Amino acid sequence: MGTAANAETVSDQHDVRRELGGYKSLVRQNIDNKNVLYLHVTGVHCAGCIQKVESAVYKNKDVDLARLNFSTGRLNIIWDGSPDVADDFVHDIESMGYGVQPFNPESEKNEDSHQDRFLLLCLGVAAFAIGNIMLLSLGLWITTAETMGVATRSFMHWVAAIIAIPTIIFAGRPFFFSALKALRNRHTNMDVPISLALILATGMSVFELLQNGEHVYFDSAVMLTFFLLIGRYLDFRARRSAKRAATDLMQTLSGFATIINGGKHERIPIRDVREGMIVSVSSGEKFPVDGTIHDGTTSVDTSLVTGETVPHNCTAGDAVYAGTLNLSAPIKVLVSKRADDTLLADIVRLMEKAEQGQATYVRLADKAATLYTPFVHSLALIAFLFWLFIGHMAWQDAMMIAVTVLIITCPCALGLAVPVVQVLGSGLLMKHGVLLKSGDALEKLAKIDTVFLDKTGTLTIGKPALVDQSNEDTMQLAASLASHSKHPLSQALVNAYGGGDLLNFTDISETPGYGLEGTYDGQIFRLGQHEWVHTSKPLNNDDKGQTIYFASDDGKIAGSYIFQDDLKHDAAAVIKSMQNSGLKTCLISGDHNAEVERISAQVNITDYHAEMKPDEKYTLLENAKKGGSNVLMVGDGLNDAPVLMAADISMAPGSAIDMAQNAADIVFMGDGLSQVTFTYDVARKTQSLILQNFVLAAIYNMIAIPFAFMGYITPFIAALAMSGSSLIVILNSFRLKFTRNQRT
Amino acid sequence: MNILMYLIPIAVLLGLIGLVAFIWTLKSNQYEDLDGAAHRILLDDDEDDLK
Repeated sequence: MGTAANAETVSDQHDVRRELGGYKSLVRQNIDNKNVLYLHVTGVHCAGCIQKVESAVYKNKDVDLARLNFSTGRLNIIWDGSPDVADDFVHDIESMGYGVQPFNPESEKNEDSHQDRFLLLCLGVAAFAIGNIMLLSLGLWITTAETMGVATRSFMHWVAAIIAIPTIIFAGRPFFFSALKALRNRHTNMDVPISLALILATGMSVFELLQNGEHVYFDSAVMLTFFLLIGRYLDFRARRSAKRAATDLMQTLSGFATIINGGKHERIPIRDVREGMIVSVSSGEKFPVDGTIHDGTTSVDTSLVTGETVPHNCTAGDAVYAGTLNLSAPIKVLVSKRADDTLLADIVRLMEKAEQGQATYVRLADKAATLYTPFVHSLALIAFLFWLFIGHMAWQDAMMIAVTVLIITCPCALGLAVPVVQVLGSGLLMKHGVLLKSGDALEKLAKIDTVFLDKTGTLTIGKPALVDQSNEDTMQLAASLASHSKHPLSQALVNAYGGGDLLNFTDISETPGYGLEGTYDGQIFRLGQHEWVHTSKPLNNDDKGQTIYFASDDGKIAGSYIFQDDLKHDAAAVIKSMQNSGLKTCLISGDHNAEVERISAQVNITDYHAEMKPDEKYTLLENAKKGGSNVLMVGDGLNDAPVLMAADISMAPGSAIDMAQNAADIVFMGDGLSQVTFTYDVARKTQSLILQNFVLAAIYNMIAIPFAFMGYITPFIAALAMSGSSLIVILNSFRLKFTRNQRT
Repeated sequence: MNILMYLIPIAVLLGLIGLVAFIWTLKSNQYEDLDGAAHRILLDDDEDDLK
């Protein structure tokens, strides 16, 4: 089979896929009887991408709406006419190089976007209320009852009450609900004192209002709500994206497979594929399910599942796994497991298990709150009882002092101490190409004592590079022949040759698993495995890397090329600096023992594990965690995904597959590894700033509480002092901006 | 002080208009895709949006 014929088969396959594409089965009708389709588009990175994808769909004149959500990758198409054009849309978008998957509308029903709206709405209402109440308060503050008149004052109080009471009931709900939930579970959190302060301050103000009194503090209560909601919203946004991982994984399982049914090709959703069916997989396509090869020979890129860089040769009877990539030839696969039972599905389950494990983590701020709450509450109660019984005050006045104590100790600084530093920290890291995906990532990262590293693509570049060759003269010939193949080693050879002229080979054929054959200048040349090439050169048996051979059929021209997956340029330095910081380093890889040993020797890691399957990696991590270690996992493959999810904290390079990036808490860009240590430095810096903020808040409380307790402070001054302490905390947090990445 | 009887309701009303506008932006999903909005501003032709 020549290349031309090969190309034909591939394009045939494309057409078959287009005809049989099952997307039209996903089209729904809306109330106006128009067609609605949701797609998940991957690979969208910039404004140009948005425009390209949308205008490709708009080319069809029947389309009413094509809107791509940049954040989630969801493309929403609404059109008139026949639902059959759905597959054309998909084909057009795919042909521009974007990935398309069906979007599962059920996964969209997440609580997150609901919660996001809820917080924003509360924040908006509180902002409106505080603006209007301050307008009135300003007048009240700069005058007295004598100059203003009691009637005017109580009118303004009433207006403030009409705005404030519904606002606190409405916008205070995030705190009330959370406090109720905690109390119901017999816990306490920061929201308990917040709720109590809000309710008491409002209640006391209503009481004073009805008495035509002076101590009406709706402004303090609403300001408190507004400030706290800002902190809450920032915190929520920082934490949100982490949750998307599992949803995205299910997307991968929700594609289509081409089955052969009585000689006919049929596209059906992967979840409907059953044992015993025959699935046709074209070259360049991922295997949709686990199975054995029924017919044909091909090479399979298993790097997604095992982390190995070199493709395996598979022929009839060999097992293939869902998620791995069919490289060289179209084949037929006999399905042995349905989609729910595949290796990929196992990984999904491991990840879900890992995600549940993460829920038990108690964040520092919550820990502080459990200590703080009882202290504050008992203090306010003591103040009330003290002034009532020992100070012989009227109960209203004693209550006012108790409310002042509650407001002045309100954990505003505590509530801002963490989110402000985190927002600044993630902003700083983002400028350096590090993306934090979960809000508590930095907090967890600062506590690690062990680092697990994957090999391929993490410590190493992830692509084979030419390290040694026997004969430089044959390079041009060999590279010219290699340029006709998509095999990773062939492409590495072409890359190594650089941009020089390529010779024009004819009659080229590729035998999957063996190599290439082609004719140049009347002579037949072969490139590939030792047994395939008629070469007199001895077989290279040492473990320096993978070797491919090149020879003419008469054996006069011959060469061999050794490829290795090289270390990233700063890998050794980064590992050394980790070890200097007192971190234990451990290499875990799915690759061969010899290769892992070679790499670990180069970066000076003594603790390494080779030929690890995903579940073995997972077990290793679980054991380390049981042993009391806090583990950072750095990895980039699908086989690392469960470990990335289960580790206390995880990082993935930007070159990692989507799934690993989604499972990781932190994604970093760039070719090197120095970002890992930089992020670690920033994490430790943020933690120390957060602790400083706690100390600042504590000092402020120590000064302010005695005054409040003695009754020298009104609730209004208390609200001002509270805001002042929050400002100090925010200013202190800004010192984080001065952290630099010394290594880049 | 009678002027306050007019001015305060007017001030509150203006604030309410702002709040209603905010709730409208929230209900019409304008905060769903903030990153996308940041990118879309760079696009030249708006004819797709005018449809």
